Amino acid sequence: MTSAPPPNLKLARWRTAWARFCRDRMAVLGGLILLLILVAVLLGPVIYPISYSEIDVTQATAPPSWAHPLGTNALGQDQLARILWGGRVSVAVGITAMLVSISVGVLVGTLSGFYGGIIDQGLMRLTDLFLSLPQLPLLLLVIYLFREPVRAIAGPEIGIFLLIILLIGGLTWMTPARLVRAGFLTLKQRDFVTAVRALGAQPSRIIWGHILPNVIGPVTVAATLGVGNAIITESTLSFLGIGFPPDVPTWGRMLFDAQNYLVSAPHMVIFPGLAIFFTVLSINYVGDGLRDALDPQSNRP
Amino acid sequence: MDFMGQFRRRWWGRFFSLFWVALLSVGLFAACNQNSSPSSDADTPASEAAGGSLRLLYWQAPTVLNPHLSTGIKDIEASRLVLEPLAEYNADEELTPTLAAEIPSRENGGLGEDGTTVTWTLKDDVLWSDGEPFTAEDVAFTYDFLSNPETGATSTEFYGDIASVEAVDDQTVKITFSQPTPAWSQPFVGTSGMILPQHVFQDYVGAQARSAPANTQPVGTGAYQVVEFKPGDTIIYEPNPNFRGEPSAFERLELKGGGDAVSAARAVLQTGDADFAWNVQAEPAIIQGLEAGGQGEMRYVFKPLMERIFFNFSDPNQEVNGQRSSAETEHPFLSEKAVRQAISLAIDRQTITEQLYGEAGEVATNFIVAPDKYVSPNTDYEFDLEQAAALLDEAGWVDSNGNGVRDKDGVEMNILFTTSVNPVRQKTQEIIKQNLESIGLAVELKSVDASVYFGDPANPDSASRFNADLQLFAFDSETPEPDSYMQLYACDQISQKENQWGKENVSRYCNPKYEALLTQLGETLDPEARQALLIKMNDLLIEDVALIPLVHRSDPLAVSQTLSNLDFTPWSASTWKLNTWGSQ
Amino acid sequence: MLRYALKQALIAIPTLIAISIILYTILALAPGDPLGELASSPSLTPDVRENVRRALGLDQPAYIRYFKWAGSFVTGNMGYSFVSPVPVSSLILQRLPTTLWVVGLAYLLAIAIAFPLGILSALKRYSLLDQVVTTLTFVGFSIPTFFTGLLFIILFSVWLGWLPFIYDSTLQIRNFSSLLAQVKQSIMPIAVLGLFQAAVLMRYIRTAVIEELGADYVRTAYAKGLTGWAVVNRHVLRNALIPVVTLIALDIPTIFTGALVTEQVFRVPGLGSLLIDSIGRSDTPVIMSITFIYAILVVLFNLVADLLYGLLDPRIRY
Repeated sequence: MTSAPPPNLKLARWRTAWARFCRDRMAVLGGLILLLILVAVLLGPVIYPISYSEIDVTQATAPPSWAHPLGTNALGQDQLARILWGGRVSVAVGITAMLVSISVGVLVGTLSGFYGGIIDQGLMRLTDLFLSLPQLPLLLLVIYLFREPVRAIAGPEIGIFLLIILLIGGLTWMTPARLVRAGFLTLKQRDFVTAVRALGAQPSRIIWGHILPNVIGPVTVAATLGVGNAIITESTLSFLGIGFPPDVPTWGRMLFDAQNYLVSAPHMVIFPGLAIFFTVLSINYVGDGLRDALDPQSNRP
Repeated sequence: MDFMGQFRRRWWGRFFSLFWVALLSVGLFAACNQNSSPSSDADTPASEAAGGSLRLLYWQAPTVLNPHLSTGIKDIEASRLVLEPLAEYNADEELTPTLAAEIPSRENGGLGEDGTTVTWTLKDDVLWSDGEPFTAEDVAFTYDFLSNPETGATSTEFYGDIASVEAVDDQTVKITFSQPTPAWSQPFVGTSGMILPQHVFQDYVGAQARSAPANTQPVGTGAYQVVEFKPGDTIIYEPNPNFRGEPSAFERLELKGGGDAVSAARAVLQTGDADFAWNVQAEPAIIQGLEAGGQGEMRYVFKPLMERIFFNFSDPNQEVNGQRSSAETEHPFLSEKAVRQAISLAIDRQTITEQLYGEAGEVATNFIVAPDKYVSPNTDYEFDLEQAAALLDEAGWVDSNGNGVRDKDGVEMNILFTTSVNPVRQKTQEIIKQNLESIGLAVELKSVDASVYFGDPANPDSASRFNADLQLFAFDSETPEPDSYMQLYACDQISQKENQWGKENVSRYCNPKYEALLTQLGETLDPEARQALLIKMNDLLIEDVALIPLVHRSDPLAVSQTLSNLDFTPWSASTWKLNTWGSQ
Repeated sequence: MLRYALKQALIAIPTLIAISIILYTILALAPGDPLGELASSPSLTPDVRENVRRALGLDQPAYIRYFKWAGSFVTGNMGYSFVSPVPVSSLILQRLPTTLWVVGLAYLLAIAIAFPLGILSALKRYSLLDQVVTTLTFVGFSIPTFFTGLLFIILFSVWLGWLPFIYDSTLQIRNFSSLLAQVKQSIMPIAVLGLFQAAVLMRYIRTAVIEELGADYVRTAYAKGLTGWAVVNRHVLRNALIPVVTLIALDIPTIFTGALVTEQVFRVPGLGSLLIDSIGRSDTPVIMSITFIYAILVVLFNLVADLLYGLLDPRIRY
């Protein structure tokens, strides 16, 4: 156990994990739905010819019909086109911001929980600081300081995208960090870890091979929550003038715009809501499946 | 260690039992609720005070009850129930006395021959709510209070030309202006003119002003007094026992703040949870749906408030002397009148007004939208995309490089169009973007948080910096004499780095012809000559397309069917005549 | 453990001072203006603006303003708000009871729902119950609370007419009917908030329990012949509780800052709406005081969480 397994063994381990994943029906279904959503938002606007921005006030808040399969909004714009177009932004922001948040969180939590002492102290106080930052003024400050420089460096679209995911990630990594740290604190005293340690394993091996797989559960939950949260937060950001221009129909923005039409035009609410719901749900099942597949202790058939 | 184990187990047990108890009690509450009758509000002590209670909803909650220290109209609305000015303009634009006994005029000697003095005679039977008599000293004191720079009053602009305010006797106060002033009726009139009691505020002039207890527990001459004030939340009023007029029909007013405009409208129009809601701007489709509830109806009080497009006459993309949009530069295409005309023709004001404002707005064609006597009859509005395109073609703006955007001499017609964050404005932006793109302009939209947009000009996103080509927002000329409003396009009011972008002419518009008329306006006292002059100035701005008026806006009020005898005016708070409202 | 707690408490003080300086710097640099609301009116000339700024003390350099604020915070009145001329402490105290009542009860409700359902759905993983609970949880995640709130209002206030949707903070509980009124006006905000938080907590509890169920010692315990519930109660829950305690410790301080959206929807005058209004008006003394109290609670409860880990699992070393 102390020496690195030969490559074919490593490969075999991944294969087992993949096989386990494939046996999990919900995980596979979740993966398929997620794939479908990705394909839809990537290719949808190409295949579906109707413009997402064309205004036709005579068709305002029309219910679903052949011309507008998901109905129209208050300005008579086609909802399906908007969901497909806006989905690019929402899905990309949701997933990447979650990845940023989880990576930072896992890194901080791992360092803190595994090494303890002064590192733990420093990192946890930093976490406290980030938890107590007032988000709105901070966001306004960041826009004020960085919007123009970032635009100049990375161009308007990619620049804004980077800024958004870094901001959302940078303001949400604390929960995963605390959770991972708590996991490390309990696990590093467990018998199997002490045993591996006594055998002289490298810290990185202990972390990657023995402890991290055991904390992936709460991380998965944090990740799924993070995606939904990032999709909604993105729209809040565009209200502050930091996000994409106001005419980009992201899912969160569509929900906000629709809130007062809950009774008179429920389709305006239901479809963007369902889009977020399916994205989050499918990511959850994929995450659950991954957790089981990678968990060394899991012995589910 | 066994001890610890036991401890933990016990701790566990408690942990669980505690939460089950909590769950049960919550469940019990819910169960209790279902047994009760649907007419639930009757249980609150508020309504126990017999049918005499009035519930007002303000989605922006008042935070201070001293109008001279207020930072928003919500505070003035709430203060007006307690405090009163000398006089107010009614809906017919006639000045009517409130604390004054009569309106000053040449005939009664109230107005000086040279136009520099005005003398007000006050009612003689007025008491403050604490029983002290109201006198001319209070008026003079109010001026001392707000004109002290240390006070930091927000109403001083309307008192700028005053040389002195003196109490001639208990019932007479004389205002002397530093120059002949046609707008003599600005000080102590309307929303910025409410009189403060000297005996309450005398120790709180200047730097101490903000610590006066009466800022939250005001003493006034109005029909009501404050029983309880929770800043940002609720105000409870009851009738002022010392009020001179008819007693109010309501024994208690509850002014509740917070929430959003649509749910405020819902509470009045659909469910009847409130009797009156202020400023409930929402899309017409939503309001119609709520009005079908039948509990109330909408009232639209048209204000001197107009949503308009500002052109940038300077170049926002070129930096001169350390600033963009420097008055020394010229906008590459918006400085051409033909281009401005084309843009004006291409914007569908009708659709914007009907779809986004409904009955709460009217298509605007003028710079001055109120009062009626100053509104020009000479202007018109057209929506004609073909003519707009033809104008641009004529002016040489054609798409020469085939990228879909018109250009001339290497300048592309790319427009950055900004406004504040507000759902209606974002929709207006979208409609305008589509309009302009259909005549071959490229439009990028941007929205900025309102506190930044209208805030400190140090921020490059603020409206007064105008680092964009077009801006959209509304402007309220507030008083029936629009003299200061006319300064909006004065050359010496151009917002620049030199004045910390503190001036009002954000368009950087400067027209010698307009300047000449502006000088003339300052010298004209005769009412009819003023009227003709103001209309002429308005027509000049419109003819030159200095701005695009979009929508003349109203203050949309939701009122319960049970209320009667309502009286609103554009020139004062909507609560100004609340003491005469009736309830069925 | 006592020594550890003491040491941490001592470290907390410089941490908090550092946090307060960083918070103040952010607020001082952040754009925004207390007079923003008045800006589109011609009455706000540069002179007026300058006078108001001076009256609010905004003409002084930021570090002096910081020391003034710090002084007034320590003495307890926390300075004067820019928009309502009353001490910040009285604004906060005015809203604290409502916040604790609504947000606190909502959190209790969340815990009361999340624990049993989370554990059950972990024990009976992939059962019908688990699937239903999981789906509902995700509906909860994907729909923002402003929507749930609106849905509740339309259902219970507009259609059924059972519950009021305007929270009356002046209501005094004097008799049974006013108690009933208080309960009725609290049900919707508490339910909306509680259900959302229950969804979040439930997910974590379920995962944590599943994690532990697979562990060797659980199988050993079952092998020893212990019954299902005993194993769960004695072994699984205690270990599964560690991530949950972490999460609850992160959540408790947020009870203090209120629930922004829910407060807005139901007009509950809590600290959340005070904070957001203050941010909108750049009312620095209020924002600073609320966020700093929040920071104190964050530091405190993370410390409490650390101590609880030791209580739950004595093997833990820091």
